[in-house]
Amino acid sequence: MSKKIATREAYGEALLQLGRENLNVVVLDADLSKSTKTYDFGKHFPERFFNMGIAEQNMMGTAAGLAASGKIAFASTFAVFAAGRAFEQIRNSIAYPRLNVKIGASHAGITVGEDGGSHQAVEDIAIMRAIPNMTVFVPADAVETNAAVRVAAAIDGPVYIRLGRLGVPVIHGDAFEFKPGRAVSLREGRDLTLVATGIMVAAALEAAEQLAAEGIEAAVLDVHTIKPLDEEAVIRAAKSTGAIVTAEEHSIIGGLGSAVAEVLAENCQVPLKRVGIKDSFGESGKPAELLEKYGLTAKHLIGAAKEVLKRKA
Amino acid sequence: MDGELLKKLQDKAKKIRCHIVRMIGKAGSGHPGGSLSAADIVTALYFHAMQVDPQQPHLPDRDRFVLSKGHAAPVVYAALAERGFFPEEKLLTLRELGSSLQGHPDMRKLPGVDMSTGSLGQGLSVANGMALAAKLDGKKYRIYALLGDGETQEGMIWEAAMAAAHYKLDNLTAFLDHNGLQIDGPTREVMSPEPLADKWKAFGWHVQVVDGHDFSQIIGALEKARSVEGQPSMIIAETVKGKGVSFMENQAGWHGAAPKPEEADKALAELA
Repeated sequence: MSKKIATREAYGEALLQLGRENLNVVVLDADLSKSTKTYDFGKHFPERFFNMGIAEQNMMGTAAGLAASGKIAFASTFAVFAAGRAFEQIRNSIAYPRLNVKIGASHAGITVGEDGGSHQAVEDIAIMRAIPNMTVFVPADAVETNAAVRVAAAIDGPVYIRLGRLGVPVIHGDAFEFKPGRAVSLREGRDLTLVATGIMVAAALEAAEQLAAEGIEAAVLDVHTIKPLDEEAVIRAAKSTGAIVTAEEHSIIGGLGSAVAEVLAENCQVPLKRVGIKDSFGESGKPAELLEKYGLTAKHLIGAAKEVLKRKA
Repeated sequence: MDGELLKKLQDKAKKIRCHIVRMIGKAGSGHPGGSLSAADIVTALYFHAMQVDPQQPHLPDRDRFVLSKGHAAPVVYAALAERGFFPEEKLLTLRELGSSLQGHPDMRKLPGVDMSTGSLGQGLSVANGMALAAKLDGKKYRIYALLGDGETQEGMIWEAAMAAAHYKLDNLTAFLDHNGLQIDGPTREVMSPEPLADKWKAFGWHVQVVDGHDFSQIIGALEKARSVEGQPSMIIAETVKGKGVSFMENQAGWHGAAPKPEEADKALAELA
């Protein structure tokens, strides 16, 4: 886990590969192509790349029109602007008519860092997963991102792909297979399950390692698809380990933690602790400082694990 | 234009207006004002300008139509029925549970509808995307869009206006149904979008202003728009909201109100 690659980097590379293989793929950006990493696609396939300027709503509508005419459109911008500013365009012009638009939403979460709260999407998963017809992917590393882009292109309908700015460890090997809607079991354990998504998967693995040293066996489930959620995997984890901790770089309201809580409440009630951002905006700071301040490190996961274990009895 | 074509279009427009009144009357809700104002524009499109095949509604090379002012769905439904996309009887299921004739157009429910619309301000962007795709594929089909004047208060319209000119979308023709009224009253009073022709020109469009109820002007403008190169075309159609029904004409109140049975009868008698 030494090599660190940001999922947005992997997104850009995946688009480039996909662009070579599939002439139907078009990419749109809103003046952030160097940050969202769609720039290289634009350089290689200028006729299939549309810079829409600083106009995210129009970008989403244009992507819808391209998709309605047979294209697979990847519309890319920061998560705050994609899920936020262009929410209703995504809802009414993309998701309602179930058009083939993939939303590459980069710079999600607080690890955007210094730009501060205005640029840190902490509610985008909640917004996107509430939209009918929408599939929501939150890849944990570069390998998962590459696979998510390919799978998204093959899905006939809208997909939201949540990406980060920060370099993150590569977790998966070459044999990794991305099955949409299927969580990945990364570690077995009998005492509790850490259910994590995005950059928190690496933190969960780290926490499980440290917990093992204390004699606590934590399973780790990587949920790269928030919607449709792998309910079976969540129920299985609850039944086999009897306690759940969720982890996400997102508000605890409406994201992975909420989705898991919904499944548990209806199917299998076990102690649950949601690790995430507690109904607050972020602020400027270095990513590592922010993760510490907002409670999103392996240390915080370990604390949450010990808490649910106490409630498990 | 020749008399035979004019007669055909006038007859069709009359039938379409009657359908609009009947279907909204039956549904008990809907938007007659902006449907009637756009009836001649939509007639000119579906019965003269657009290459479409009712037997093959999803033909890849067909011309496309985006009704950005989605609440005027009845005028499009009526035109599609008259054009043979589905039986006329279906019009009377407008807004009913299970009907493919939703309150606003749903492309997944009704073949012939090229885009689902209803939230104002979004249609032109979609039309741009279709026009970009046609250019990318080297196809000759054209994209038509119909905008409301009130709708131009949405900022997204101007984002799309800028982009269409930037990408030189000369395969796109948009109509602006300039009837001057929106829900809360005269558009000039609620939030004036004027001067509209100057604004579209400033945004890089080829602009024509026509009487939106005069077929020879509408058809002439469509022909001119087809010949314009390197620029998207805007046809500002001066129209009358509720056109053809005396008590609905120029009344903001008829934007979204259904005629009661006796009102519908009176309207139909006037239209006959």
